[in-house]
Amino acid sequence: MSQYKVLPGPEAFLPPSAASMGNVLPDPGEAYIEGVVVSEEEAYERAARKILGAKVPTIFPGPLVLWKINPHVAEKATALRELANEVPMRLIPMADYRPKYPKIEAQYEINPNHPNLTIWHNKIDVCIFIGVHCHMANLSLKIIRGGTSCYTIAMCAMAGHEDACLSFRDADVAMIHKLRESIKKLKSEGVESQCTPFQQFKMGRTGIIEQPA
Amino acid sequence: MNKTVELTNKRIIASSHEKLGQKNRMDQTYTDVNDIFYKAEQTPSFLTGSEVIREAIKRASVGTSVAYPITPQSEAAALIGEIYAEGYLDEYFRGESEFAVMGQCAGAAFGGHRVFTTTAGPGTLRAMENFPMWAGARLPIQVCVTCRGINSPLSIQPDTLEMYYLLETGMLVWHAETAQDLFDFILKGFIVAEQPDVHIPIAVCCDGFFVTHTKDTVELPPLDLTLTPYDPYRNPQPVMDMETSPFRMMRDPFVMKSNYISYATHASWQQEIRSAVERSRKHTIPLLDGLIDEMNTDREILIVASGTAVSQSREAIRLLEEDGVKVGLVKIKTIRPFPTEEIKRVTKNAKHIFVPEFNVVGWLAREIKSIIPDNERVYEGPHVCGGMTLPCEVIVEQIKIHLGMETEKLRM
Repeated sequence: MSQYKVLPGPEAFLPPSAASMGNVLPDPGEAYIEGVVVSEEEAYERAARKILGAKVPTIFPGPLVLWKINPHVAEKATALRELANEVPMRLIPMADYRPKYPKIEAQYEINPNHPNLTIWHNKIDVCIFIGVHCHMANLSLKIIRGGTSCYTIAMCAMAGHEDACLSFRDADVAMIHKLRESIKKLKSEGVESQCTPFQQFKMGRTGIIEQPA
Repeated sequence: MNKTVELTNKRIIASSHEKLGQKNRMDQTYTDVNDIFYKAEQTPSFLTGSEVIREAIKRASVGTSVAYPITPQSEAAALIGEIYAEGYLDEYFRGESEFAVMGQCAGAAFGGHRVFTTTAGPGTLRAMENFPMWAGARLPIQVCVTCRGINSPLSIQPDTLEMYYLLETGMLVWHAETAQDLFDFILKGFIVAEQPDVHIPIAVCCDGFFVTHTKDTVELPPLDLTLTPYDPYRNPQPVMDMETSPFRMMRDPFVMKSNYISYATHASWQQEIRSAVERSRKHTIPLLDGLIDEMNTDREILIVASGTAVSQSREAIRLLEEDGVKVGLVKIKTIRPFPTEEIKRVTKNAKHIFVPEFNVVGWLAREIKSIIPDNERVYEGPHVCGGMTLPCEVIVEQIKIHLGMETEKLRM
């Protein structure tokens, strides 16, 4: 059995990929916490606690939930917004995967080639990747683990991510709702969100349309 | 592993493709790979390896195949051309060279087709630049490598040296022993390579002539069943255009930057490709019934081999048994991913490990030596090259000589 734990970093100048250390992705109905395959139920509970305990919990929606390529995507995006409002969590988009030059606007965007810049700038301590193509998510997750102390959660619509600290697989609208319900349940039991107050910026097709005061 | 991959239920996650159960234009039903291999009735047919490739492609829902006339030395590319004419494929054409073929395959795969091609020997090496490009771009193209000599003076005889060059391209590399393996590996190879957590190219290798040109009995599923088509929406990379990676990354200054961020991205990208190879284990183990086959591996003398060297070893073991020498056998089916833990386990108690091969360098022996303790136990050979056969008597002789036993000198 692998002893490799996928924990928040900073881990190394170049950390190994978890797959190369023998970590295996969960099967349907399972999830993955810090290198260990667990039941999906356990992961909802752990994810909810991590999110509520964070000062700057942030969702990074990727192209697969940002662009309305079909009605399902719109449903997913709506569910995601409801999840963000429930905590509350910031939303910082990963709209595409192009490296940002001359420099990234780290307050408003994240990029898979240098995701650590956005994490550092905003002091993000827990994040959720959703709607990011798996290859790009894996790149980001490993770079984040290498250079930051952020706890990474992946809500993957495919097979999951062993480079995330916590990963769901086959994540659909129902699973986003279920995570939200887990957060609501904890809050009803008295667990309070530690999120620092913030104002969500708003973006349109042309960029920032409303900045926080 | 943080979780054991079970062998007991020889199935992988069933296809949920929207065309599952529907008919294609050839009146074939799109069928889950588990059902094709484990539910459908199999019928024995007597075929050459090249014909087996044709039969596999008939049942593989391939979109595009590109051929170059010189390679492979098998007839496979021509036979696929014939089934294209019958309507089994969407696209089939001839490239200008092996290099061009592999580039054209990349284009078809970027466009969302399931892609198959064949090559061999010098063609493989000429096309080499494309293989890591396929892997880096996460293109699940399948190339059937019907191994032949790569050196000058030119040889069209079987030799597995070209596989050594493929090992670190980031592709899956499987090695078929028989025509049956070849058929199974081609169909199962598409399924494993196209899993969203894998999604990298695969080289299904076999030994030229010995497999491609000889006839063997092969169990075939019905022709009215075919794999579910490739689903480009399960691609871990966005569909190609000049605004998305990997192409956008290549035309940006990013690729030329000398800074940590650039290095970290490129390094992580390379790690991700290797991770994809590792992830394929989970899907390959149930489909291939393990990455290795083992027979009497509790014995002190073991032969570890891949490809047709396994077949020769089986007969050598029978001959040795007649002389009272008991030898176990390990057949390696996947070279990438390499069955590291499996080999460590089965060789744990072996005192002598022989690795017969069809190449001059003995690359498989090197691979094994690099992962097991006390690797002086590994005897690199016997190996032949340049198209030579590897008679089972040679394996017997080498084992006996190494063990200090008396043996009748072979006369060639």
